[in-house]
Amino acid sequence: MSDTSLSYVQLETITAKAPPPAPSNRPWTPVRIVGTTWLTLWLLSGLGILWFLLNSNHVALVFGGDGLLPVSITHNAKFLIKYGEKFVSGFIVTLQLVGIAMLLGVLLSVPMTFMRMSKNRILGGIAYGYVYFFRGTPLLAQVFLIYYGAGTFRIPLQSVDMWWFFRDAWNCAVLAFTLNTAAYQVEILRGSIENIAKGQWEAAAALGLPKWLTFWKIILPQALIVSLRPYGNEIILMIKGSAIVAIITIFDLMGETRRAFSRTYDFQAYVWAAIAYLVMVEALRRVWDLIEARLTRHLHR
Amino acid sequence: MITLLKKNKDALMSFSRIALAAFMSLTAATSLQAAEITKLRLATEGAYPPFNFTGSDGALTGFDVEIGNALCAEMKVECEWGTQEWDGMIPGLIAGKYDAIVASMSITEERLERISFSRSYYNTPSTIAVPKNSALTEITPEALNGLLIGAQGGTTHSVVAEEIYVNSEVSLYPTSEEYKLDIENGRLDAVIDDLGVLQSWVDSDAGSCCKIIGSLPIQPELHGQGIGVGVPKGKEELADRFSEAILAIRENGTYKIINDKYFSQDAFGE
Repeated sequence: MSDTSLSYVQLETITAKAPPPAPSNRPWTPVRIVGTTWLTLWLLSGLGILWFLLNSNHVALVFGGDGLLPVSITHNAKFLIKYGEKFVSGFIVTLQLVGIAMLLGVLLSVPMTFMRMSKNRILGGIAYGYVYFFRGTPLLAQVFLIYYGAGTFRIPLQSVDMWWFFRDAWNCAVLAFTLNTAAYQVEILRGSIENIAKGQWEAAAALGLPKWLTFWKIILPQALIVSLRPYGNEIILMIKGSAIVAIITIFDLMGETRRAFSRTYDFQAYVWAAIAYLVMVEALRRVWDLIEARLTRHLHR
Repeated sequence: MITLLKKNKDALMSFSRIALAAFMSLTAATSLQAAEITKLRLATEGAYPPFNFTGSDGALTGFDVEIGNALCAEMKVECEWGTQEWDGMIPGLIAGKYDAIVASMSITEERLERISFSRSYYNTPSTIAVPKNSALTEITPEALNGLLIGAQGGTTHSVVAEEIYVNSEVSLYPTSEEYKLDIENGRLDAVIDDLGVLQSWVDSDAGSCCKIIGSLPIQPELHGQGIGVGVPKGKEELADRFSEAILAIRENGTYKIINDKYFSQDAFGE
C-alpha cells in the first residue's frame, strides 16, 4: 500500500512551461502615432527646459572657452578654477561628518535599542524619552542648542573639564548628528527585531541555545535584511540634512556653495552642489543594492 | 524687377515707420514711468545693528533705515521696507522682489557685475574687537597669527579677514548675532566687522564682554567704494536719483542729525 502511494508521488513530475509568446508587432494606428508624437514633444520640451536652466546658469559643454582645458563644463570657467577646490573640500567634510555620525550612531543605537525593548521601566523610559525628543525636534534646533547652548554653560563645563570638547564646532556637530541619527536607528532596529516571528526565539530555546547566541546568529541576520533599506534611507536623510551645519561655522558642501555664491552671485554654484549630492546618494544606492544582494543570497533561486 | 524692388522698399518704409512709432511710444511710456515713481520697495537685512535691525517695538530701524527714509523724503516718493536674508539680497533684487537695497552693502567689483549702485552714503573701516581680558593690542596679521577670528559670511569684512589674516583661522557665521554669541562664549579670539557695528555693540550692555583694539585702513580693492544703494541693472536713472538725494541730505544737515544719533564720528567718508 505504501509502495503504490510512493510511486504515485514519483510519477507527478513538473513539466517545463512553454516559453512566453513573442511580443506581437502592434500596428501603428493613428491613435498610437498621435500619442507617441505627443509624448515625444513633452520629453523634448522637458529636456529643453533643463538645458535652458543649466545653460542660463552657465553650466554647459563649452569648447575652447577661457578655461585651462579646451573643453569645459561651464561658461564661466573662472568660477570652477577659483572655487572647485573649495567644493571638493566641502564634499569631503560632508562625507566625514555623515560617516562618523553614522558609525557612532550605530554604536549608540544598539544598547539604546535594548534599553528601549527592556522590561525595566526606568531603562525603557530613558530610551523612550531620548527617542521622543530627538525624533520630535528639528536637527537644526538640536545643532543650534548643542553648539550655542553649550557656550552659555562655559563655566560649569570648564569646571568639569568638558569645555575643550564643546569649544570645537566640529565636535558639537558630530555630537548633534550622532544623537539625532541614533534616535532614528533605535526605531529602525527595534522595528526589525520585533518583526522576526516569536517562534524563532521559541524554536531556538527548545534547542537549548542561549539567548545571546539566538540573537546573534538567528534574529540579527534576519533583522538586518529587514532594516537594510530603512538604514539606507536614514543615511540619505543625514547626507541631505547635513546641509544645515554651516550655521555653526562648519563649511560642508552646502556651506562652501553658499560662500561661493555670496562672492560671485553665480547660480551655477547651486547646480554643482545639487550634482554633488546626487552623486553621493547614487553611489550609496548602488552600494546598498550590492549589500542587499549579498544578504539575501539564500533567498534567490 | 523694378516693381518688385519698389514694393520691397515700400514694405521696408512702412515697417520702419511702424518701428519708429513703436519706439517713440515705448520711450514715452518709460519717461512717463520714471516721472511717475511714487512708491519704492526697499530691502534690508534687519540683523545688522546699528545699521538695520528690529527695534524693541518690533519695527525696523537703524542707520540704513533712517537714511533710506530721508532719501525717500528727499526724492518725494513713498517707501516701504522689507527684510531679506543677506545671501538672497542681490538675487531678490534681480528677480524684482524690491526696487532697491539699502542694507550697508559695499560697492564691490563682483557686485557691480550683477547690479548697479548709487554713490556711497557711508564708508567705515573693518575693525577688530577682542574679549576684554585679551592680551592682544595690535591688529597686524602677525599678532593674530594662529588665532580664531569670527566674521559674518558673505560680507566684505569676511573677505578682508580671509585675504589679510591668512595665517589665522576665519570662522564664518550666518549673521552678526552668532559671532557675537561666540566671542562672549569664549570660542573666538577676535571678531572683524564694520567699525559702526562693533562700536555700538561694545558700547551696549550686550557687548560688555569685549573691546575694540583697532581698525584696518580702507582698501578699495577689498572694501570697494564704500556703502551704496543697490538698484537693478538698467535702472541707473534711479541710482542717480539716490545719489542726488544722498548729496542733498548731506547738504541740508539731515545726514548729520541721523549720523549723530548713531555714531560719534562722521561716517560719510570721502
